[in-house]
Amino acid sequence: MENVTPSHYIVLSLCLFSIGFLGVLLRRNLLLMLMSLELMLNGINLALVTFSRSSLNLDGSIFVFFIMTVAAAEVAVGLAILVALFKKRRSVFSEDMNVITN
Amino acid sequence: MSTVDILFYFFALLALGGGMLMICSKHPVPAAMFMIVSLVGVAALFVLLEAFFLAVLQILVYAGAVMVLFLFIIMLLDVGPEGGKASRMKLISGFAGAFFTALLVVVFLIMVQSSGWINNGEGWSEISDTNEFTNGSNLIFSASVKSFGYGLLTKYMLPLQISGFLLLAAMVGVIVLSKKASEEGSN
Repeated sequence: MENVTPSHYIVLSLCLFSIGFLGVLLRRNLLLMLMSLELMLNGINLALVTFSRSSLNLDGSIFVFFIMTVAAAEVAVGLAILVALFKKRRSVFSEDMNVITN
Repeated sequence: MSTVDILFYFFALLALGGGMLMICSKHPVPAAMFMIVSLVGVAALFVLLEAFFLAVLQILVYAGAVMVLFLFIIMLLDVGPEGGKASRMKLISGFAGAFFTALLVVVFLIMVQSSGWINNGEGWSEISDTNEFTNGSNLIFSASVKSFGYGLLTKYMLPLQISGFLLLAAMVGVIVLSKKASEEGSN
């Protein structure tokens, strides 16, 4: 095997993003869909840190910091919405979320 | 093959395997556990990339706070495994997922071919151990938290304050949402 270069890390982040994307599409549990979204964000973070490290520029790393902040806020609000939905529908599966009105 | 390369492959396997098992497991609690494995793998890759502060943040924020919140909600709602009925939507979304993954790979290959730096095999440039934080208008990458703080408090002052405000808005939003839900639940 050859030495690890930045493109290895980019391929890995592409794989992580694709796994998260497939998870969002294929799973029907809303909790697992949220977790797959986190996995997609992680793939993006890995790509940003790799670019930041290989171009010796800190901007990418600082952007990862902000992505983590936004992801934490997103998870908190998303889970609160999920709990509110569960109280109404008694289910967390996406096929039960097919009506807008109550 | 040096130690760093072996560590890269090990943690890459951890991150990918955790992710795969996460989207494949039927029950949500093991899925959350595999997700933690994947997040720790990515944190170790951050260490290999010499972004130590981000690795610590990844463990604290993701594996610590976010996944505990997920596990708490899973156990609070007492979510069971998914039923076995495979619908037509599943086939369609499987095709859509495969298509867009293939599209991503093609775009990546085009990017590799068209840009010189990513595939020239020269590897990593050394981190300079200077005491300067900036190089002209650029912030210099360094392993220290000090330069991170310098960047956050100078060039990224406004985004830092906006993200603080975003966290406040998220907190208020969550309180309002859960309060409304519990009031309607009691009626």
